[in-house]
Amino acid sequence: MQISAKLRFATIAAATTAVMSTATLFGANAQETYRIGYAISKTGPGAPGAATSTIPNYEMWVKEINDAGGLKVGDKQLPIEVVEYDDRSSSEEAVRAIERLINQDKVDFILSPWGTGINLAVAPILDRAGYAHLAGTAVTDKAPQLSQRWKNSYWLLGTGEQYAVGLAEFLKGLKDEGKINDKVAMIAVADGFGIELSKAGREALEDRDFDLVYDKTYPLGSQDLATIVNDIKSLGADTFVAFSYPPGTLGLTEQSRVLGFNPKVFYAGVGTAFPLYKNRFGDNAEGVVSLGGASEDDPKIADYIKRHIAFAEREPDRWASIVNWATLQSLQQAIERAGTTDRVAINAELAKGGFDTILGTYKPGDQTFWQVGQWQDGKFVGLAPTSMEGAAELVFPKPEWKAAQ
Amino acid sequence: MFSYAIFSGITLGGMYALVAMGLTLQYGVSRIMNLAYGELVIVASFIAFVFMTSLGVNPIAGLLIIIPASFALNWVIYRILLTPLVARAKNRGMLEVDSILATFGLLFIVQGVLLVWFGGNYYSYDFLNNAVDIFGATIAANRLVALGFAVVIGLGFYLILTRTRMGTALRAVAVDPTSARLVAIDVNFASCFAFTLGGAMAAVGGVLVSMFLTFSTSMGVVFTMKALIVVIMGGVGNMLGALIAGLILGVAESLVATYIDPGLTIAVTYVIFLLVLLIKPSGLFGRAAS
Repeated sequence: MQISAKLRFATIAAATTAVMSTATLFGANAQETYRIGYAISKTGPGAPGAATSTIPNYEMWVKEINDAGGLKVGDKQLPIEVVEYDDRSSSEEAVRAIERLINQDKVDFILSPWGTGINLAVAPILDRAGYAHLAGTAVTDKAPQLSQRWKNSYWLLGTGEQYAVGLAEFLKGLKDEGKINDKVAMIAVADGFGIELSKAGREALEDRDFDLVYDKTYPLGSQDLATIVNDIKSLGADTFVAFSYPPGTLGLTEQSRVLGFNPKVFYAGVGTAFPLYKNRFGDNAEGVVSLGGASEDDPKIADYIKRHIAFAEREPDRWASIVNWATLQSLQQAIERAGTTDRVAINAELAKGGFDTILGTYKPGDQTFWQVGQWQDGKFVGLAPTSMEGAAELVFPKPEWKAAQ
Repeated sequence: MFSYAIFSGITLGGMYALVAMGLTLQYGVSRIMNLAYGELVIVASFIAFVFMTSLGVNPIAGLLIIIPASFALNWVIYRILLTPLVARAKNRGMLEVDSILATFGLLFIVQGVLLVWFGGNYYSYDFLNNAVDIFGATIAANRLVALGFAVVIGLGFYLILTRTRMGTALRAVAVDPTSARLVAIDVNFASCFAFTLGGAMAAVGGVLVSMFLTFSTSMGVVFTMKALIVVIMGGVGNMLGALIAGLILGVAESLVATYIDPGLTIAVTYVIFLLVLLIKPSGLFGRAAS
């Protein structure tokens, strides 16, 4: 209990002062603990995403390990000590905080910040200092080149292209079966994520003989997308694809429901797999397609979700959270397998892979997770790649929107 | 298509005006450039969220509690935080600078408290989301309610400010606090009252936008920015100006999104803002500074 109280204190300090805060969990001297540092967006535009996919997982991981007595390193049990900074959703701030973690706090391992941009910004610094970088919340087309350039960096969520191609391939299957027509209306948020995915999506869809009847971007932060929905409604597309960010995702869903726009396939972007979405839309979430997915029948995943609810008092999202957790499990096993706190040895173990995680036998960076998922009966299940074990059948066509209560 | 663009633009503009009208009162009459304005909007959104999800009180009914509560809160803020600044300010410029610094600090305090209580997550709830048909355009009922409030508050306060004794006193303070004192207007009270009233309007705005926007603890600055544009465009201290400026921006955004490109909606806001500043620097309804 001591741990969570102190962590909460750290949160308060970070938030109210909007300056860095340091939480020392155990008073023991440095050799007796394993020091983990991270800079994360506690304030600013990145805060909601970090609070959904990253922070609860980090905190829960530290608590579970410390409750069990600590990390088993050789014949010693080392409790984890956390040094945490608020990067205020700014790359510059994150870079400064990471430098500080490396040079001043001299932590043993650094967990990744939240978001594509900030992860890209801190990657070279971590590499130069010899720290592994488990980028848990970055989607970038450069992922393969980056892991080449920085040997100890792992880009866990892969490239935008693979999601776009995964989706296009899945839609092609539906078109070939004659279930949907060849018209697709696509919108994207004018930010790194939306631009990369819509670029890849445009090519992938056109390669598969789809006709993009609408293809526009909207500004980051905009939630008033009713005019776009109204435009698209009259275009006769069976498929609607939005590479959107959370506030826009919710706005689009709401405005589509109000305007009665109910295409056979309704794909919305980041935020759809968040528990928030289900809470907000209830039965109206049924049939909505997005990135990610979870095999909740898998006892390991079900157990993880249960523990997450018990710890954070809310569900994890069904995309980045799961991958993040598998990676944290891998990190724990890598440290214990290495049997030392030496970074080079731990990095070497990470690179070997073969960890037992909620995603099965896993190596950070493996793309063994769902790229297309769908809300079905209150669960966000995985649909594609269809070759994966436990792939669910698409609910088709998307059920009619129900009136608001 | 055209009527839809116009109507959704009007509802959008109504929202902008609603959020901006409190600030125009605070800045125009009290000369407090309140940078924490957006945070106070968000506070009201969170209270509405708690009312709706935990207590089952609908946000409109919740206004009966939220309006007096925010009135009291803003009164306390003015009396404790801002009165010393008003007392020591030698002129208006000094008060503006001091109030910017003080409310900048307030911004972090409010945001920090919200962060501790609610965390960084997104929040959203479902209320009055049924579709309503008006002149062939389908609009969500909650947006119409917000538009209605904006029009009533805008016109109502325009009439109060121009037709009543109290309103005339407030306008006198806005124009020249020193001379207002000469005709027996209690300037301190009038400033405090205008600030408090503005704060209560911010709360009304926060409650109403929470019915249809997804919000988080870090979103306050978005509202402050938008409100500031509307206030300066409409003419500082002019309620009718804020209402009309808000509607112009809303309709322009909606038309651009429909006929040109949705990616340009933010750009068009700033183009219009720039044009107004170039042609009429004191705002659409503003009086040139003497």
